[in-house]
Formats: sequence, C-alpha cells, structure tokens
Amino acid sequence: MRKLVIAISMLALAGSAAFADPILDRQALMKERGKIVGGLSKVVKGEEPFDAAAVLTQLQALQANAEKLDVDALFPKGSDAGDTTAGPKIWEDMAGFKSVEDKYLAHVKAATAAAPADVDALKVQINTLGGDCGTCHQTFRIKKG
Amino acid sequence: MAWLKRLVGAALVLGCAGAAAGWPLSAPVRLDAAALTQLGPGDAAKGKRIFYAGGCTSCHAKPGSQGDARLQLVGGLELKTPFGTFVPPNISQDPKDGIGGWSVEDLANAMLKGVSPSGEHFYPAFPYASYARMKPSDIADLYAYLKTLPAVAGKAPGNSLAFPFTIRRGIGLWKLLYLSNQPVIPLPDGTPDPVVAGRYLVEGPGHCGECHTPRDFAGGIKKGEWLAGAVAAEGSGVVSNITSGEGGIGRWSAADIANYLETGFTPDFDSVGGTMVDVQRNMAQLTPEDRAAIAAYLKAVPPHPNGYPARKKTVN
Ligand code: HEC
Ligand code: HEC
Ligand code: HEC
Repeated sequence: MRKLVIAISMLALAGSAAFADPILDRQALMKERGKIVGGLSKVVKGEEPFDAAAVLTQLQALQANAEKLDVDALFPKGSDAGDTTAGPKIWEDMAGFKSVEDKYLAHVKAATAAAPADVDALKVQINTLGGDCGTCHQTFRIKKG
Repeated sequence: MAWLKRLVGAALVLGCAGAAAGWPLSAPVRLDAAALTQLGPGDAAKGKRIFYAGGCTSCHAKPGSQGDARLQLVGGLELKTPFGTFVPPNISQDPKDGIGGWSVEDLANAMLKGVSPSGEHFYPAFPYASYARMKPSDIADLYAYLKTLPAVAGKAPGNSLAFPFTIRRGIGLWKLLYLSNQPVIPLPDGTPDPVVAGRYLVEGPGHCGECHTPRDFAGGIKKGEWLAGAVAAEGSGVVSNITSGEGGIGRWSAADIANYLETGFTPDFDSVGGTMVDVQRNMAQLTPEDRAAIAAYLKAVPPHPNGYPARKKTVN
C-alpha cells in the first residue's frame, strides 16, 4: 500500500515536470502566442493606446515564445493522439511544418528588428503574423468534437 | 465524406425509382424566361464582392497558390471522398479550357440550377444548392467581374469517381428534394435590415451551411439543425457549431464574430484554422457592413446544440 502511494506521488511529480507532457507544453506556448497577439491587435484597433516601448516589449516576448517552440521536442511521433488539435499532416510532412514555423519566426524577428513607430506600421506586422497563424492552422490543425 | 456517399447512394436509388416512375423527372431544368430577364447588364465592381462572398477561389484557384495567383482560376484542387475525387474545373476566361466562351445565361444556369451548357447536371460538390438562393442580378455582376480575370490555359484533371457514381442523371431527383431558392430561416416582417442582408450572404453566396450544417440520409441539409456544426464533409475532424446553442458561439458578441471574419482571431485569441482559413480570407475582402450583417444574422438564427457527436475521450 505504502509503495503504491509513493509510486502515485512520483507519477504526479513527473507529470508536473517541464516537457513531461509535450501536448500541454506546446499548447501553453500557443496560448501565450494568442495572448500576446491579442493584446497587440487591441492596440491596432485603437482599443488601447499605442506606446512604442510597450509594443516592442510585447514583440520581444513573441520572439522569445517562438524561439522556445522546439518542434522536435514538442511534437514527438504519436503525440497526435490525446487531447490535442494537432493534425496528422505534421508527421506526414514534418519538413513542411518546420518551414512554416521558421517563416513565422523570421517574420517575428523582422517585426522586432523594425520596432514599429506607429499604429499603421504595427498593423502591417500584425496582419503578416496573423496570416502566418492561419497558414499553419489551415494545414496542420484539426478541430475535433 | 460519408454524407456524400449516402447522397449518391440515395440518388441512385431515387434514380432507379425515377426511371420506373418516368425518366423525365430527372431531366435538367433550366432557368425560366422571367429569371433570365432579371439578370440585367452586370457590373464588375459589384461582382467582385459577390466573388469573395461566394468563395470561388477556395475551390477553383490553383491549390496552394497565394496572393494574386489566387485569381488564376485553373482548378485542380482534389476534394477527396471515399468513392472518388471531385476536381473543380478551370473556370478562368480561357475560351477552350475555361469558361471564356460561356454566356451570362450559362453561368446563371450553372449556379442557380446546377445545369451545364450542354444540359448535364453538376454534382452538388459545386455548392449550387446554396447559390440557388442568389439574385440573378448578382450572377450577372459576378459574370462581369469574372470577365476581368486572366485567361489561363490548362485543363484540370476530371473527377475520378468509381462506377456507379459516374451517373449524373440521378442528381436530377436529388434536386427535386433539395434544390430551392427559398430562404432557410423565415424572418418576420420588421426584422432589422442587417439581419436580412446577413441571411442573404450566409444562406446564398456564402454557402456557410454547406460545411456548418449536418446532413440527412440522402445528403440533404438538415434545416432543423441549421448551422449546428457537423462532421467535416472532407478529410477528418468537425466543423464548429455557429449558432448560440450549447457548444456554439453564444458567448461571442456580434462584434467578436465580425472581427473573426476580418482578422481570423477568436475572442479567446485563438486563430482560425482548417478549411475556414480560406473562407475567412475571403470574408476579409468584404466591407465592414457586410461582415456586421453576417454577424447580426448568426446572432439571430435559432440556437441548436452541436450537430456532431461528442468526442470519445481517449483513456491511456
Ligand atoms: C508552425 C505552425 C503554427 C504556427 C505558425 C502557429 N500555430 Fe498555433 N497551433 C499549432 C498547432 C499544431 C496547434 C495544436 C496544438 C495541440 O493541440 O497540440 C496550435 C494551437 C493553437 C492554440 C490552441 C492552444 C490550446 O490551448 O489548445 C492557439 C490559441 C494558437 N495555436 C494560437 C496561435 C497564434 C495566435 C499564432 C500566430 C501568432 C499561432 N498559433 C501560430 C501550430 C501553429
Ligand atoms: C466547395 C467547392 C466549390 C466552390 C466554393 C465553388 N465551386 Fe465551382 N465547382 C466545384 C466543383 C466540384 C465543380 C465540378 C462539378 C461537377 O463536376 O459536376 C464546379 C464547377 C463549376 C463550374 C462549371 C465549369 C465547367 O466547365 O463545367 C462553374 C462555372 C463554377 N464551378 C463556377 C463557380 C463560381 C463562379 C464559384 C463562386 C461563386 C464557384 N464555382 C465556387 C466546386 C466549387
Ligand atoms: C469549407 C467549409 C466551411 C465553410 C464554407 C464555412 N466554414 Fe466556418 N468553419 C469551418 C471550420 C472547419 C471551422 C473550424 C475552424 C478551426 O478549426 O479553427 C469553422 C469555424 C467558423 C467560426 C468559428 C467558430 C468557433 O467556435 O471557433 C465561425 C464564426 C464561422 N466558421 C463562420 C462561418 C461563416 C459566417 C461562413 C460563411 C460565410 C462559414 N463559416 C463558412 C468550415 C467552413
């Protein structure tokens, strides 16, 4: 009995360790992506004021987020099963999937490097980045019931 | 595409019944003279709006093309189904390989009646069951706009369907059951204008119901579960419930819906995916008024719970 309890608590521990669950980890990174871009699109829509320094900080956070997304570690074979919307195409065309993510990362880096000076400049960048989200989700994600 | 299999199966059964009851029942029916007089002269500028509302590029552009290349309507996308593959044809202005030689009446008969210039039925994979609700004058505008797009040579490969799905005649009976130009959702007098305008865009050119509504045994739209979401017709996965019922988008404000159609971002900052990406990119080309009208209509449709089965939880 005691052994069982220890075994269970060790399992729980393992479950909370970083990268122990690639599905949860990649979803957390995606959620963060969504939150940052969502905040920036509020600025684009004029719901929040444009503050160049704050915008740059957000873009840098987006870059850090993209750099953290290690495709090999977070999308291991077989991780299309379970509570995930990752589509089977990721594993059928891993090179294609990586190239879409690389292109997105390149666009984020370009946005950070070009630090937008006004709302119009930010708008162009958010349109590009938003397009990248859709391009990847179009092919590599499946909505399940 | 289980529904399509059932659809064709049912069409075949009906086709045999039709043959017994009388072959003429399945004969292609063209537009009458009264409808043709409503076509009018056609205005290319207005037709551009109809082109994007109708999503012609989603199926007829070269697969995987981006930007201006989306306007080269050479066809070739493969719509894979369990009994064969539908391939949307070249509808560019090329006179030989495309529809450059078609009259405006030809286009109207194709879109409103599903009948080709040579008098054959089209398969409803071409969503004319929705386009049938469009105004003839909008078809004339669309025709004028299509005329401004490039002629591109090259025939797309034909459909590759297994026998007996190759028989087009049975579709005539399917049309008797499902082809109608009447609105799906009746709206009482005094309904605000944007809701009525949104109904037209969603039920007609937008053909939203083709993906978002479950189908009955014969592959017809279940009007009683209009926009309730469905098992995806093509590939795997499901299509969202876009009514305000359980599982749907009741939490979304009309502004959230309009913003999603414009930018692809959901209110919880997810981003559009799957086959909706092309639809959203087309919607982004419409005016804010048109997107607001679509949103107003979606807020007004009757709520339904999800039209697809709940996901089986995977237990490890
Ligand atoms: C290279 C491909 C790729 C790019 C680029 C991409 N995503 Fe994703 N996204 C995915 C995949 C795959 C999933 C499914 C993850 C899962 O469920 O395991 C996903 C899931 C999500 C989710 C849902 C997470 C959850 O909780 O289930 C959100 C939100 C999201 N993405 C937002 C974004 C935003 C916003 C962008 C653009 C700024 C973006 N994504 C760019 C591939 C991508
Ligand atoms: C969901 C995919 C889809 C969409 C969206 C779509 N089509 Fe098609 N279309 C098809 C398919 C599939 C066929 C072939 C049907 C057949 O073989 O019977 C077709 C056939 C046609 C034809 C007949 C061409 C010929 O040579 O016989 C025309 C014209 C046409 N479509 C015009 C349009 C226009 C205009 C739009 C936009 C308003 C549009 N289509 C949107 C799938 C689509
Ligand atoms: C070709 C099939 C198709 C057509 C046509 C289509 N949709 Fe969709 N739609 C989808 C799919 C698939 C999704 C799920 C997207 C995802 O996984 O991110 C979706 C999602 C949506 C959502 C978001 C729902 C949510 O809970 O995230 C809305 C709103 C929507 N569609 C509205 C429309 C409207 C309005 C039209 C007509 C103008 C339309 N759709 C036409 C396939 C389609």
